[in-house]
Amino acid sequence: MTSFFDAIMVLLILTNLALLGTSRLRTCIHICALQGLLLGTLPLTTTIELISFRAFLLAGGGMVMKAIVFPRLLERTLQDTHVQREVEPFIGYSISLLAGIGLLGFSLWLGSRLPLPSMITSPLVIPVSFFMMMVGLLLIVSRKKALTQVLGYLVMENGIYAFGVAISPEAPFLVEMGMLLDAFVAVFIMGILMFHINREFDHIDTDRLSVLKD
Amino acid sequence: MLIIVAALHTTLTAGCWIVSPPSVLMGWLMLDDVALLFLSITSLLFLISSFYAVGYLRRETEGSRPDFEDQSLFVNAPETRFIACLLFFLSTMTVVILSRHFGLFWVAMEATTLASAPLIYFHRHHRSLEATWKYLMICSVGIAMALLGNFFLVAATIPAEGESVSLVLDQLIQHNNGFQIIWLKAAFIFILVGYGTKMGLAPMHTWLPDAHSESPSVVSALLSGALLNCAFLGILRTHQLCVAAGIQRFSQDLLLGFGLFSMAVAAVFILGQRDYKRMLAYSSIEHMGILALGIGLGGEGIFGAMFHAVNHSLTKGLLFLTAGNILAVYHTKSTSDVRGILKILPLSGILWITGFLAIVGSPPFGTFLSEFTILKAAIDQQQIGVAVVYLALLSLIFIGMADIFLRTALGRQSIESDNDTVREHALMVVPPFCLAVIVLCLGIYLPSAFSRLLHDAAQILGGI
Repeated sequence: MTSFFDAIMVLLILTNLALLGTSRLRTCIHICALQGLLLGTLPLTTTIELISFRAFLLAGGGMVMKAIVFPRLLERTLQDTHVQREVEPFIGYSISLLAGIGLLGFSLWLGSRLPLPSMITSPLVIPVSFFMMMVGLLLIVSRKKALTQVLGYLVMENGIYAFGVAISPEAPFLVEMGMLLDAFVAVFIMGILMFHINREFDHIDTDRLSVLKD
Repeated sequence: MLIIVAALHTTLTAGCWIVSPPSVLMGWLMLDDVALLFLSITSLLFLISSFYAVGYLRRETEGSRPDFEDQSLFVNAPETRFIACLLFFLSTMTVVILSRHFGLFWVAMEATTLASAPLIYFHRHHRSLEATWKYLMICSVGIAMALLGNFFLVAATIPAEGESVSLVLDQLIQHNNGFQIIWLKAAFIFILVGYGTKMGLAPMHTWLPDAHSESPSVVSALLSGALLNCAFLGILRTHQLCVAAGIQRFSQDLLLGFGLFSMAVAAVFILGQRDYKRMLAYSSIEHMGILALGIGLGGEGIFGAMFHAVNHSLTKGLLFLTAGNILAVYHTKSTSDVRGILKILPLSGILWITGFLAIVGSPPFGTFLSEFTILKAAIDQQQIGVAVVYLALLSLIFIGMADIFLRTALGRQSIESDNDTVREHALMVVPPFCLAVIVLCLGIYLPSAFSRLLHDAAQILGGI
């Protein structure tokens, strides 16, 4: 079981690096969906003894949301806005990749420094979740398109989710559902806003949203 | 509908003053003194704002109209959706205040962001769109940080022997000696940064001036007076844990630093500010800084901070509502184009000056007492450096705001006063007037029940 778990972790790292190096937005969305799918299997692997109905529901809900609903929403926005790819990000793709590898090293180091609670399934979880959060933040600050920023937010949220699953498998059901719902509504509203931004300005470049300043 | 719900909410809250309700849902929701205090502020402010909102929506014309800054056409969002979002906003804030479970608190906090985003985008033009996008993005990322902080909290509670504790505040406090201090410290930092983003502590405040200046005045008043407090409550709850675990020195120092830095940033931007709604927004950042400072000083400062939270909310509500009146008549937010408010809008002009005196903390308003209490706490604790910086920043802000307020209120009127268009409707003036009266009363006389509540709340947070 642990080897399966580690395999998922490695795949998650690869999806993150792929996100950093891709310019086509549609591909980015697909990678994000794959990441959601991988994450959805996590709750099933951590509770080995009892794959309860609850864990099943949670994993299923997470997978449906992250692998089907979010990508659908974002793809529709993509169609409405006629944007194909990220043009000239603030930080180029090769440099982003290098930075990603640097972040990976950093999070591995950080994970080895923190005193871990004993009950963790795999020592890789903490570094990987830190890595995902940092990649998410990097995407948010280094890309111009609003859509990529939403993806960055999702990746960050995924990272936190992975951390949460690893550290507290028995978090209350209500809270988990609430988090999922919040993420859903957030993406939904962001989608609507992107639609409005596109209609108002004919672009979704957030660096050109700069009227309000001091 | 809006008023009925608001009145009902206030009545229920008032009921809670008399009978304290039992905890429900296994202690997930409970009303302690801190919660009661914050709930009362929110409820009162919402009731008063809802009266104003009715008048406001009546004034808003249907259909598209030109934007007064660059003349592009825009329409309003549907009125029903606006009201629905307002009510949803109220309910999420209530859950935030009542919840004792950190997970539930987080869920409700994120829900307040989502409920208020459409409110900011009520006027559908490109500036409010930009403000909403920034608000949503910055606050969502910030609150995601707080979620990570919550998980760190879970990590902090996992003891060596393996039995785990739930995230309900009371159980966590009883658990006090089982914390792993390093995880708890990390949790506090992340929660401070996360909810601090929402609360508007510098340097995470960048969304706040945009959102407050572009949203309708009612929404600005609620965001500033109610929502920022809710975020502050999240930090307070975590601070409570730090007190229980005996590391309050650590959390207090952090709060102190953030508080002073927020005040400094606000002072810099208030001096020479050219947009009066942005000025009010920066003033909110300043006052959030004062609240953090009060908690950071501890002791009597906590009492001061609690009292200041009440005063700030009411005063800021007063100012934003009055700013709405000014904006409706002058059609500009620029401080250099607004002159002679006292002549054109006599009642709003008086409220504007009153609000100014209250917000800078001059006697006899309640803000004077609370700011003075915090100063006294600083001096009592021999933190003379903090006291000096605090006073210096307060006087800088006083100068900056006095310049703007006096220039706009006095002087030759910059627009023609035309008696048909410029008439002050009762619903425009009475709600802010009520707020002004309350702030004034709190400065002159503190009812004993209220002061007991403040003391009890401060005691819960480790003060005296």
